[in-house]
Amino acid sequence: MPETPTGASIRAEALTKVFKGAPAPAVDAVDLHVRPGEFMTLLGPSGSGKTTTLNMIAGFEAVTSGRILLDDTDIARLPPHRRDLGMVFQSYALFPHMTAAENVAFPLRQRKVAKPEAARRVREALELVHLDAHGDRLPSQLSGGQQQRVALARAFVFAPRAMLLDEPLGALDKKLRESLQLEIARLHSELGITFVFVTHDQEEALALSDRIAVFRDGRIEQVGTPAELYETPVSRFVATFLGDSTVFSGTLRGGLLDTGSAHLRAAGPDGACALVVRPERMHLGAEGENTLSATVTDVVYQGAFRRVLVAFDAGGTGQVRDTGTTPVQAGDRVEVGWAAEAGVVVADTPGAAAAQSLDDPVPA
Amino acid sequence: MAVSTPPRRASRAPTEPGSARPPGRGRGLLARATLLLAVPAVVVLVVFFVVPALRLLWLSVTTPEPGLGNYTAILTDEVSLTVVLRTLGMAAIVTVVCLLVAYPYAYLMTIVSGRWRAVLLAVVLIPFWTSLMARTFAWVVLLQDNGLVNTVLGAVGIGPLRMLGTTAGVTVAMAQVMLPFVVLPVYTTMRGIDRKLVDAALSLGARPVAAFRQVYLPLSFPGVAAGATLVMVLSLGFYVTPSLVGSPQQSMLAQFISVQVNQLVNFGAAGALAVALLVVTLVLLGGVALLTRTRGTRSSAGAGVAGGLV
Repeated sequence: MPETPTGASIRAEALTKVFKGAPAPAVDAVDLHVRPGEFMTLLGPSGSGKTTTLNMIAGFEAVTSGRILLDDTDIARLPPHRRDLGMVFQSYALFPHMTAAENVAFPLRQRKVAKPEAARRVREALELVHLDAHGDRLPSQLSGGQQQRVALARAFVFAPRAMLLDEPLGALDKKLRESLQLEIARLHSELGITFVFVTHDQEEALALSDRIAVFRDGRIEQVGTPAELYETPVSRFVATFLGDSTVFSGTLRGGLLDTGSAHLRAAGPDGACALVVRPERMHLGAEGENTLSATVTDVVYQGAFRRVLVAFDAGGTGQVRDTGTTPVQAGDRVEVGWAAEAGVVVADTPGAAAAQSLDDPVPA
Repeated sequence: MAVSTPPRRASRAPTEPGSARPPGRGRGLLARATLLLAVPAVVVLVVFFVVPALRLLWLSVTTPEPGLGNYTAILTDEVSLTVVLRTLGMAAIVTVVCLLVAYPYAYLMTIVSGRWRAVLLAVVLIPFWTSLMARTFAWVVLLQDNGLVNTVLGAVGIGPLRMLGTTAGVTVAMAQVMLPFVVLPVYTTMRGIDRKLVDAALSLGARPVAAFRQVYLPLSFPGVAAGATLVMVLSLGFYVTPSLVGSPQQSMLAQFISVQVNQLVNFGAAGALAVALLVVTLVLLGGVALLTRTRGTRSSAGAGVAGGLV
């Protein structure tokens, strides 16, 4: 498909959306720069503004204020049909009265591409998503995964400036989701165009993205590569939203965090903060600068390791990835240890409570 | 359009002929017992509908003399041919007018808030629940030479226009009476159309008009077909409104039949005309069923609506 595999850059500047009657802006002065050819994921819980941001880029939602630059042109006030962006929806949004091939041909038909040329590009697009044998089927005769692949083909067949994907895997079951994830990653590298991908699934975001923008309450909390976000989150919210972690909040003074009931070694500036430790950086046993006594509350066997949930004597709960040879059981008394540099000190953002609902064990 | 062949049936609105047919596939005792549920309906239909209808059919080929004279008369007699064609024409015009009014109205219903939707629905349904006679007489009053409509038209410098007893007046009144029959099926179909499909079309480069024409309109077609069929069929046999608002010189088929029976006591001709009306109606229904079926294989979802209503 990609005659000239170029992606546009997308730059949102002070992008704001206020819905009538809403107490707070849905998107609040968001600045975001998506580089040409980049796979950028907008990640956040529902209501965080990520979908509204995407809808404003696509043109479905009017911009309250701010600019959206596609390369150097401000498209914020352009109608959607003139933006040249390929959109993929969670609900597939295939035209039910057209066959798969007719769906894929739709954007070419709008652009008055000559019949033979259009037929060739439709065929190539369907081949690229492995559906060349299904071109004459109606959407209702295809499985959910196949429908979404047709929708992908339809969105890239006209060589758009960028692809916008709104939770495209949200309606699929786990297994299909994983195979389609690979498909999307492959398409991104083969097409070479810019992808903006919206999801609330952190695993999906970590697996696919060049960079991730974490949304919270209409603002971007942090933008970075998956590794940056995982290793060095800037806030408790980001830390708890991406991956599992044990979080202690307290006051840091001279490399010692006072949680009120324990003193933990950690590196960071003095002041109120939260200490985040990933499960794989903690171990059962008294080794390490920090050790806390705890009671095992639950053990989840995961094959290569065990997820051990503990309640600290000093208060709060935590999670340890245990690869030891002697399994522990619920009720066992254990020591939990970790090195001082294993923890990350972050701002103790109040919104962390929201992330707790995503079944991450986060102690108070 | 000009289908005018043999004949039957007067203006008698929805007496669903199909509803009497029992499911009748099961063999078990229970299945047989359930068939009994249909007995009252079948008895009523046979006694008050099938028997008179067959008698009328019989009369049409026996009076005044045996043979198909009454039927050939329809095709050769200028008056009855004119009436048949006028009826078809009127029904077509009323159908088109109804569609033009109902389609945007139904669309409006799909985009407004819940409260406004209830208001819009009430505006359509309240007249629907009002007696047909009352509504028709209201139109007679409104459309008079010095009626409200002409007063308003006069205020803006038009008219006075003669409306009572004209085709225009009948069209307006009939369209108003028929409106719910289009609004409801069209609205039901539209409500089932995913708004995201239009967004998708726009994002794929379709101008708004193209998105409507290539995506929304075909998907709303089943509702349009259902509504149009209902209005067309009901209009063909419409008696009350045309006879009160229209003039005898512009009479439609049902009025013409009534004159044959009540004034000329010509049961043979009336029977033949009634059979003609029935045949035209059936041909129409068959055509729509065929049309929606071929489309139905392509647009899976909504096409059944039309078939169901037909």
